[in-house]
Amino acid sequence: MPKVNLSHLEAALLFALFTSIALGIVTKKTDAERIHYGLYCFGAFIATLFGLAWLMKLGHG
Amino acid sequence: MADRSESSTPNAAVRVWLPIVALAWILPGAGHILQKKTTRGFLLAASVVFMFLFGLMMRGAFFEPMGGDLLTIIIYYGGFIGNIASGVLYILAVALGYNQPDVAGHVHDYGTKFLVAAGLINVLAMVDAYEIAVGKKS
Repeated sequence: MPKVNLSHLEAALLFALFTSIALGIVTKKTDAERIHYGLYCFGAFIATLFGLAWLMKLGHG
Repeated sequence: MADRSESSTPNAAVRVWLPIVALAWILPGAGHILQKKTTRGFLLAASVVFMFLFGLMMRGAFFEPMGGDLLTIIIYYGGFIGNIASGVLYILAVALGYNQPDVAGHVHDYGTKFLVAAGLINVLAMVDAYEIAVGKKS
């Protein structure tokens, strides 16, 4: 099994991608709703990721 | 395949959904594929499998049940349940000798979380397969 060294950003993006796909599929009833909700979840993950990153940076002064 | 009139009742027979949920646990996505929800099944399978494989490639550690204070019990038993929820992926990894110790480092830490998250995604897939089997969803 090869070893991969992902950065924080790469790992978080992969996590957001896979989780958003699953959440979109299992929570909605039509394909259009699933795609829309999956994209919404992915966007929410990214926004939270950058929001928390800036919060920590500003918190450190 | 579940019979529609039988499966749409609130108390659908266990024999209708149990094999589907069990298959969905063992083979991620298979519960959907068995019920002819092929695209959804393959997408869920891909999410679980890739999440698990990235967890292995980042050398994440598996949790083992461990006693102690309440927080320790919740973390280690919860993590163990998350790991075994990946079904055949976990069974194969353990059977083939994957035994990564829990070491410091953000990559290892992400790997450990990916391994648990793969199992939790599979739990969502199992619940979805159950709801399709009993007629709550199409």
